[in-house]
Amino acid sequence: MRRTWWIYLIAVLGLVAVAAPFLWMLLGSFKTQGELLRVPPTWWPEAPTTQNYDDLFSKANFPRYFLNSTIVALAVTAGNLLFCSMVGYALAKLNFRGRNALFVVVLGTLMIPGVVTFVPLFVLVTNAGLANTYPGLILPFLVSPFGVFLMRQFFQGLPDDLMDAARVDGSGELGIFARIMLPLTRPALATLGILTFLGSWNNFLWPLVVAQTEEKYTLPVALALYSTGQNAQNFGLLMAGAVVVVVPVLVIFLAFQRHVTKGIAITGIK
Amino acid sequence: MSAAVRGGSGRQTAAAWILTLPFVVLFLAFTAGPVLGSLGMSFTDLRQRDLRTPFAVNGVGLDNYLKALSDETFRKAALNTAYFVLVGVPLTLGLALAAALLLDRGVKRFQSLFKVGYYLPVITSIVAIAVIWRFVLSPDAGLLNTVLSWIGVDGPNWLASETWAMPSLIMMAVWRNFGSAMIIFLAGLQGIPQTVEEAGQLDGAGSWQRFRYLILPLLRPTVLFTSVTTGIGYLQFFEEPFVMTQGGPLNSTISVSMYTYQQFGFGNYGLATSMSYLLFVVIAVVTFVQFRLLREK
Repeated sequence: MRRTWWIYLIAVLGLVAVAAPFLWMLLGSFKTQGELLRVPPTWWPEAPTTQNYDDLFSKANFPRYFLNSTIVALAVTAGNLLFCSMVGYALAKLNFRGRNALFVVVLGTLMIPGVVTFVPLFVLVTNAGLANTYPGLILPFLVSPFGVFLMRQFFQGLPDDLMDAARVDGSGELGIFARIMLPLTRPALATLGILTFLGSWNNFLWPLVVAQTEEKYTLPVALALYSTGQNAQNFGLLMAGAVVVVVPVLVIFLAFQRHVTKGIAITGIK
Repeated sequence: MSAAVRGGSGRQTAAAWILTLPFVVLFLAFTAGPVLGSLGMSFTDLRQRDLRTPFAVNGVGLDNYLKALSDETFRKAALNTAYFVLVGVPLTLGLALAAALLLDRGVKRFQSLFKVGYYLPVITSIVAIAVIWRFVLSPDAGLLNTVLSWIGVDGPNWLASETWAMPSLIMMAVWRNFGSAMIIFLAGLQGIPQTVEEAGQLDGAGSWQRFRYLILPLLRPTVLFTSVTTGIGYLQFFEEPFVMTQGGPLNSTISVSMYTYQQFGFGNYGLATSMSYLLFVVIAVVTFVQFRLLREK
């Protein structure tokens, strides 16, 4: 018992180092511009104000960005759950020509960085008339090699006997997938859904390129452009903006953290 | 294989077609297609004004690649990216392993509280993190320099200093990312049977010796995995300089991805894709080398 107190001290100090910037952001978002510039800085807001949030929702169009982020993230999540589980099942449980080749190609693209594809993707999306539209923001992310990999791994762990029994009972192949196997993958679907939602919510490079007018900005794009543009000196507004970007993610993460860490542990990719 | 083969493969093939078709179409259009398109574009003089006629451009052979390699800013970007990876990856993995050992071997109560806490920055938008850290790093009213002043250290003007801008971004990246590798290390540590350590203890091995000669070798696959994934992520160093420094001061934090994005912004699509392919080749080579080095020992 004597040995453990300093281990906890280190663990707590680590937690403080991780949490301090978040707390500072939260507290800072309730400070006035004058207080934010004060040297030495204050920790607790002296005269807490919601002015920054009022500005965020009136002068800056954050409700719009929030809605855009939500629409895009929900659509991307739905697409991944549907399409990745379909192809993951086929790769794990069905015997068809080209299965191994498809899997190798999917695995191969896991490693390709986003920056490699975004120029041709931009040309494609622009020529298809999808620049600055929701489909332009959503379509490139409806499936992901990561999602396929995760679902395939999970389907492989399910016993074949279930499928055989259903075949004997006269079920069709698609019925076996939809009614028997898919419901068993609920934990994997939860993991994939949450990771996809968080990934889409935080996605930056693609929305930055495709969303060309303010009505289509997602939250990270808006925040980045605010923090480098003419509002760069409005520190209170930026801190409040960061809070609006971060808090939904924290809530979702804390509610479902087991699924998130499980997915990371299974596949190692965030 | 057993059930799949016995089940009558005509019906299975039909089902497989239906199940894979949406994915294959989307994958070809938005992943595989652009990967090949990027390769093709990198050998052309495609510019923004040619956007509507991407197939009517001229081939320029290796010109873009040669131009990139002889461009001083590109070299600077490559050096900065290497700096970021070579310093950032070991720091991230070291801190991640230390945190994993601390939680797995030391902390018995509230373990998941610490795990979740350390993991929080990983799932936070990098843009929001960059905004927060601009205040943490701000020279006078910043959190970091305030803490440093308590111990009598006069902190630098982090992001405005050519010397300190890169270390600032590395510090931020390590803070943000170590939780991700930590989770994987935790899973790896939990896969090591208790009996291994008990045997070492009976043989009189101290805790450092047990770590060095028993645990670390058994963790090799996990170390390989985290170093590859962290390395791939760090090679794509983009958002941090984009939001924090715009590559400055005096290009001291410009990265390959950041410079690629700038060239794209200038409308030099052919040049930008050649740069991104150079980055891809480096990522592939580094990944391959890491596999060889960590496999063969």
